[in-house]
Order: sequence, then C-alpha cells, then structure tokens
Amino acid sequence: MIETQKMQSLAARLSQPEVKGRSPWADARRRFRRNRAAMVSLAVLILVGLFAIFGNQIAAWPNDEMDFSVMGQAAQLGAPSWTNGHYFGTDDLGRDLFSRTVQGTQVSLMVGLIGAGIAVIVGTLYGATAGYVGGRTDAVMMRAVDVLMSIPYMFVLILLLVIFGRSMSMLFLGIGLISWLDMSRIVRGQTLSLKHREFIEAARAAGVPAWRIVLRHIVPNLLGVVAVYATLLVPLMILSESFISFLGLGVQEPLTSWGALISEGAGTMNYGTLWQLMFPLFFFCITLFAFFFVGDGLRDALDPKDR
Amino acid sequence: MTPLISARELRVTFDVPQPGALPWSKPRQLHAVGGVSFDLMPGETLGVVGESGSGKSTLARALIGLVPATGRAVWQDGTDLIGLSPRKMLKYRSEIQMVFQDPLASLDPRMTVGQIIAEPLVTHRKGLSRAEVKTRVKDMMDRVGLLPNQINRYPHEFSGGQCQRIGIARALIVEPRLVICDEPVSALDVSIQAQVINLMGDLQRDLGLALIFIAHDLSVVKHISDRVLVMYLGRVMELAEAQALYAEPRHPYTQALLSAVPIPDPGRERAKRMIPLGGELPSPMNPPSGCVFRTRCPRAQAVCASERPALEGGAHLTACHFPGALTPQELAAAG
Repeated sequence: MIETQKMQSLAARLSQPEVKGRSPWADARRRFRRNRAAMVSLAVLILVGLFAIFGNQIAAWPNDEMDFSVMGQAAQLGAPSWTNGHYFGTDDLGRDLFSRTVQGTQVSLMVGLIGAGIAVIVGTLYGATAGYVGGRTDAVMMRAVDVLMSIPYMFVLILLLVIFGRSMSMLFLGIGLISWLDMSRIVRGQTLSLKHREFIEAARAAGVPAWRIVLRHIVPNLLGVVAVYATLLVPLMILSESFISFLGLGVQEPLTSWGALISEGAGTMNYGTLWQLMFPLFFFCITLFAFFFVGDGLRDALDPKDR
Repeated sequence: MTPLISARELRVTFDVPQPGALPWSKPRQLHAVGGVSFDLMPGETLGVVGESGSGKSTLARALIGLVPATGRAVWQDGTDLIGLSPRKMLKYRSEIQMVFQDPLASLDPRMTVGQIIAEPLVTHRKGLSRAEVKTRVKDMMDRVGLLPNQINRYPHEFSGGQCQRIGIARALIVEPRLVICDEPVSALDVSIQAQVINLMGDLQRDLGLALIFIAHDLSVVKHISDRVLVMYLGRVMELAEAQALYAEPRHPYTQALLSAVPIPDPGRERAKRMIPLGGELPSPMNPPSGCVFRTRCPRAQAVCASERPALEGGAHLTACHFPGALTPQELAAAG
C-alpha cells in the first residue's frame, strides 16, 4: 500500500514538466542587450552588412562601367547627385562610386571575417590542444608559434604578393597564416588555467577521452574570450588589408576594397573630388568603431568577474 | 573475503622543477604519498584524515589514476590498477567514481545538470539510447534528492548542497562499487553537511558501495566510517576500527588531532586538555629522517630520528616506537 503510494509519487515527480535553465550564454546575452553602445554598434554592423549584400540592387550603375559623360571631368560633373544615378559620385575614370563602395565593403568584410574565422578555428584548436596536452608537446607547439611571430609578417606578406602575384587567395593565405598566432597564445593560457579546475578532473576521472574533454569542456568554456578577441580581430584584419591595398599591393582591379578606394581618393584629394575619399572612409570608420564597441560589449557581457 | 581494493606501498612522487634550473638537471622530488598500504572490503567505509598537505587527496587521485603512482593497488579481480593503460583502466573507471571537494567548481558551468550527470553514463554505457539515458538521469536525481524536472538547469542555479548532490548523482550513475569522496562536505554549511553525509550513508546501504571518505574533520569521519586511517606527511600513522581509534588513540599525532576537535558543550570543552603541536608541517621535499612526525612529537627520542617505525599491531595498526596514551607529565611538558 505504502509502496504503491511511493511509486505513484515518484512517477508524478518524474513526469513533471521540465524547468528551463538559464544558461551562462543567456545571461551574457541579457547583459549585452543592456549595453546601449554595443547594441547601436551591432545595428550599424548589420546595416553595413545589408549594404554589402543588397547595395548592388540599389545601385543605378554597375561597378565596372565607365560613365563617359563624366570621364575626365570628375571634379565638375562627377559629384554625388540623385539625378544621374551616381549617389556617391564617380571616381576619376567615371566609375560609379556607390557600386564601387558596395564592392569594396564586400571585399573588406570578407577579408576581415575570413581572417578572423581562420584565427578562431585554427587558433582555438591549436592553443587548446597545446595547453591541454602540456609538457613537451606544448613546448614544441608554442615555440613554433614564437618562431612564426618573430617574422615581420607585413614584410613577408608584401614579398608573397610581389613574388606570387596579387590575388585574393594569396591575400587570404597571407592573412590567415599570421592571424591565428595571437589567438593560439591566448587560448593556450586560458586552457592552462582551466585544465586544473575540478570539473576537468572530474571528467578525466570519469574516463572521458582527451579529445572529448577538449571539445566538450575546454572549448565551450573558452568561447567567451575567443568571441571577444575575434570581434577585435576583424577590424585588425580589415586594417591590415587596407594598409596593403593602400600600398597598392592588395586586391587587383577591377576588384576593390576600402583600402584601395581610400588610396585612390587620397590621391585625387587635391583636385576637389573630396567625395572620392570621404565615402569609403566613412564606411571604413563606422565599421571599425562598431566592431570595437561590439567587442567591448561582448567582453563586459562575458566577463565572469562582472557576475 | 577478498578485499575490494588492496593497496600496497602506494607512492606518489612529483618532480618539482627548480626555478632557473637547466632543462637537463635533475628536478627535486616531492614525496606526496610515501608508501601507504591498506585493504578495503566491499561495502566498507574507510575514513582518511590528516591535516592539509598530508597527502590525503593525492592518495585518492592515485587510486583513480589521475596522478602517476608506484606500488600496487589490486582490485578484487586481481588486476593491479597502478600503471594500467588508459584503455584497460576504462573498465575500472566505471567501478571507481569520485566526489569532489568544491561542489560548484567540479561541475562544468556551461553544461546542464542532465548533461553533467549523464557524462559518465555516455562514456561507459555506449549502447544506451538518449531516452534511456534521460530516464536513468532523472531516476538518479530523484534518488539523491533533486527534483527531476530541473534536469535542464545549470549548476549556478543551485545551492552548494544541491551541487554536491549533483556531484554524487554523477558518481553513482554508472553503479560503481567504490566511491572516493575527497572532502565532500568541507565546503558546505554544517546543517547541509549532515544532510549530505546522511545521504551518502543511505546510498551506501542501498547500493552496497564501498567508500573512501577523506576529511580533515574527525567528527565527520567518526559518523560515517567503519575504519579510519590517519595520515601525516604522506605516511600512515594509525589505522584502526573507528570506535577503537576514537576511544583509545595510540599514536601521539592521532591524540593531538582528537584533542583539537571542539566539543559542543562549554563545560566539557573548557575542561578538555588540548595537545598543542608546535611548528609547521615539515616540507615533503625534505621529510625528517626516521619517523616523519618526530619533529613535532612530544615523545620523540633518539631512536625516532634514526629508525622508521613499522605499521604494526594486528587490528589496531600504529606506526610509532612508543605508542600509547600520553601521560599527564608529557602533556604538561608539551603545553
């Protein structure tokens, strides 16, 4: 009699609806939403992204067509205007600056995101493995990183572009080669401090294989730091690409990027065509600012010390 | 009856790199556990006590294979667990589970309670379906006194006592034969301590578990243990039935430890004689010769420095050249 009662109450308890938990990620999301600067910056980034994706639909001119009516007279006829469809004006060759900026935004964002993406994937796995395995493996892996870091990468990147020709894939390769080094160091440091936490020891005691510990316990607990660093890395990647493009070694015509556009605009500044500098520069600046603010917001939201 | 686990001359030595030393110079050695032997019967509880740094936790980690050890630790089926390859050890990992000291730190903050408790199950019983795993996790949560509908919550949403229950559920889900509890209650409030200890006792009775219960609090150990092992600087000082050890401690160190336990009665507490232990725990890098306790022992003599006392005495084992209760004169001299 008592037993059946017990069993019934057990069954009742087992079938109660499950309570939803509040995960650390959900907490971080809530803190991030309260950060006004970060939310505004996120909106700006989304707008820039939409501009890159849908800008070509709005543009009245394709990016590779010259408007012969303004060619050679950019200073007089190429100013931004609604009537002839050059919303941002034209460049010296009569190409529509609006669609050129859309194209430059696409290329620059892609360089930034792919560079940061390589850094996140390679750097996290490399650093977490080195930190978790430890000992001699760690020493060898991190000395390799030190060696790569000691090479002046801008110099190597310029050499690569000069020797193998200027192409997008070479640019990605060059940026990808160096971007993950810092990330792997940061991740390794974090892994070292996580490794001796009791929950990792508990997983080891339970017999969870090492790769599963790295993927299931170490990496998820690192993601906060990685996310913050990755958002700060995107603008750095954009900056280095712009620098190389400014030097005239980056992406090749007819492709363009913010750096290349700014370089062109700066070159013609004296002739009174200031819009050729200002429009690309505006997008470049707001995007960098927005990334830095979002990174700051993420750091505040994910920082465990804040709790 | 064959013991569940039988440890013989278990030693754990850590290499301590000297600051600024060359990579090929020999590191100094730290003897965390120096030759510990004991037998543990199925269903028995062995309490392990000693002050901080005496090697209690390292002993536990050696048994479960978390730190490299030498010596022998023979499981019931005759396998020596020390130095077993990780693949072969996997089978025994589900037989030996561990409950950790810090309830919150031993749970992954990014995983739900259900995932945490299921982890050993998913590792050791690979054939189970998701639904079966979930049912078992919920059963186990109910068993340790957690509401099964909280399976999707995260560790930070629970109190310390509840977190320790989660840790216990994780240890018991694979139906182990031996659970090593590394100071499971020292991070909890006194009222919660009693709950958790009673829970451990109930589960032990129901499931026929053997327990190795590590604590620095002698009154906690007294409550739950069948036998008690007293450690000092990585060595066994005394090993006896709990009743005998508490009623009639023979080793001077055990007597000093017992005298430090507060009595919840002001009159008796005031009348009690504390045995003060002078000095600090010696460095395990450079342990004293002979008996390791001699530097702080009120009864130490010349022989204590030259010869290491053997652990002897039948059912009540003591490692001391001069065992027995301290006399009033010795007490007066000590304090």
